[in-house]
Amino acid sequence: MNWAGLYTVLSGVNRHSTSIGRIWLSVIFIFRIMVLVVAAESVWGDEKSAFTCNTQQPGCNSVCYDHFFPISHIRLWALQLILVTTPALLVAMHVAYQQHQEKKLLVLTGHADPKHMEEVKKHKMRISGSLWWTYVCSVVFRLLFEAVFMYIFYMLYPGYQMVRLVKCEAYPCPNTVDCFISRPTEKTIFTVFMLVTSSICIVLNMAELVYLVVRACARRGQHNSNPPSGKGSFYGHKLSAEYKQNEINQLLTEQDGSLKDMLRRNPGLQEKGDRCSAC
Amino acid sequence: MDWGALHTILGGVNKHSTSIGKIWLTVLFIFRIMILVVAAERVWGDEQDDFVCNTLQPGCKNVCYDHFFPISHIRLWALQLIFVSTPALLVAMHVAYRRHEKKRQFRKGDQKCEYKDIEEIRKQRFRIEGSLWWTYTSSIFFRLVFEAVFMYAFYFMYDGFRMPRLMKCNAWPCPNTVDCFVSRPTEKTVFTIFMIAVSSICILLNVAELCYLLTKFFLRRSKKAGNSKHQPNHENKEETKQNEMNELISDSCQNTVIGFSS
Repeated sequence: MNWAGLYTVLSGVNRHSTSIGRIWLSVIFIFRIMVLVVAAESVWGDEKSAFTCNTQQPGCNSVCYDHFFPISHIRLWALQLILVTTPALLVAMHVAYQQHQEKKLLVLTGHADPKHMEEVKKHKMRISGSLWWTYVCSVVFRLLFEAVFMYIFYMLYPGYQMVRLVKCEAYPCPNTVDCFISRPTEKTIFTVFMLVTSSICIVLNMAELVYLVVRACARRGQHNSNPPSGKGSFYGHKLSAEYKQNEINQLLTEQDGSLKDMLRRNPGLQEKGDRCSAC
Repeated sequence: MDWGALHTILGGVNKHSTSIGKIWLTVLFIFRIMILVVAAERVWGDEQDDFVCNTLQPGCKNVCYDHFFPISHIRLWALQLIFVSTPALLVAMHVAYRRHEKKRQFRKGDQKCEYKDIEEIRKQRFRIEGSLWWTYTSSIFFRLVFEAVFMYAFYFMYDGFRMPRLMKCNAWPCPNTVDCFVSRPTEKTVFTIFMIAVSSICILLNVAELCYLLTKFFLRRSKKAGNSKHQPNHENKEETKQNEMNELISDSCQNTVIGFSS
């Protein structure tokens, strides 16, 4: 399991994301993960071996390195990227669950042929109902993780700048010892680069959140101005097709929006001339 | 996620590029990325380990290396290649968006776009017209800008493209002035010049592609203007309407040929 494996897993989520979500995923993979793997890892490759202290005292080098670099930038970035990309899996799991429900409904209504089953797998889920909440939660978690890691970076390495020289007094170093860091300028450049891309990702996530909220409010407003059609007369029509259809619609209202989508897409599953009342 | 994955992503864009664009992509992957991975990374592999200064002063080597090489050539090239290949994704996104629209039209049963099935929409190659032309041209423009910026950054940081054998360093804690020797300077110079040359070729290809697109655009426009001039003034309304419809259709469904009965 490596970055390529993560890429495979998350590409599937891409289909059910908004356009902003897709842009965010591209930025993560190309400007963060790829830069990390292709460039940054080699910059930090010799961080310990080339960390030199002006002393011959054994152990001083190791102790000072450990004191100034409790956790390496590279490892922090790797953790950040894994935690930031993982909430998208919540969405993937929810989509898988909904697809499973749709397949069950198809089986119940007697349309369990391979063609319909394939369509369930292939079609894009609308982000509405409970999937909307899952999606919004995943975006909120992403934002949270990004912010937390940026703060941790700032706490561990104030100012985001890598200095050339650090003065170390930890035992067993004699008095104060000058220690020199390898490639500080290059490390600063890459730290700033990763910081900037992290900020871009935060902005994209916030934009996506705003977009989802605005879309949900707009849809709600539309729904309020077009109230669903009445149920029709009950009297003497209990066994009628319309009454049966209304009952099905009632059941479906309790299910998710995607099931209604599915019925709308496959008019054969529904009685003719009826509109899903909760759509 | 490495160069192989980038190749996979950009391979898809290749279908919708012009011929010059395809040549550019090939040059990028074979003469730049592959050379970087297969050869250049080895040359620069021991750049710090074998950077030797004529002093026993601890820390002097680190400081001098950092002073003369703020960012390694290899990393700069890696960033350049990532930035230069990314604008092509704008085109890929635009094509994906168009495909999505076509699929929606197809599903609605729209008569204007006639395809046998969804597979045909997926395999269809879009002509570079209309808004896709603007996206494509912008992507080429951005590529040019990034190439130029990185070449300038190289020139500015390393004072020309030659790697000297000896550098004189007097940064603290080095005592007075210290001679520092760079590892494999000639080989590094050779590869630097090679990468610069290929970068220039890519810039030329991009400029040529830009000119080609502009020429095509103006030719198409003059053809349209010419066609509308040749229409007689007393043409009946039916034919005018039909021509307008044909223009609208050719803008939206580029690869279909539809016969209408006049």
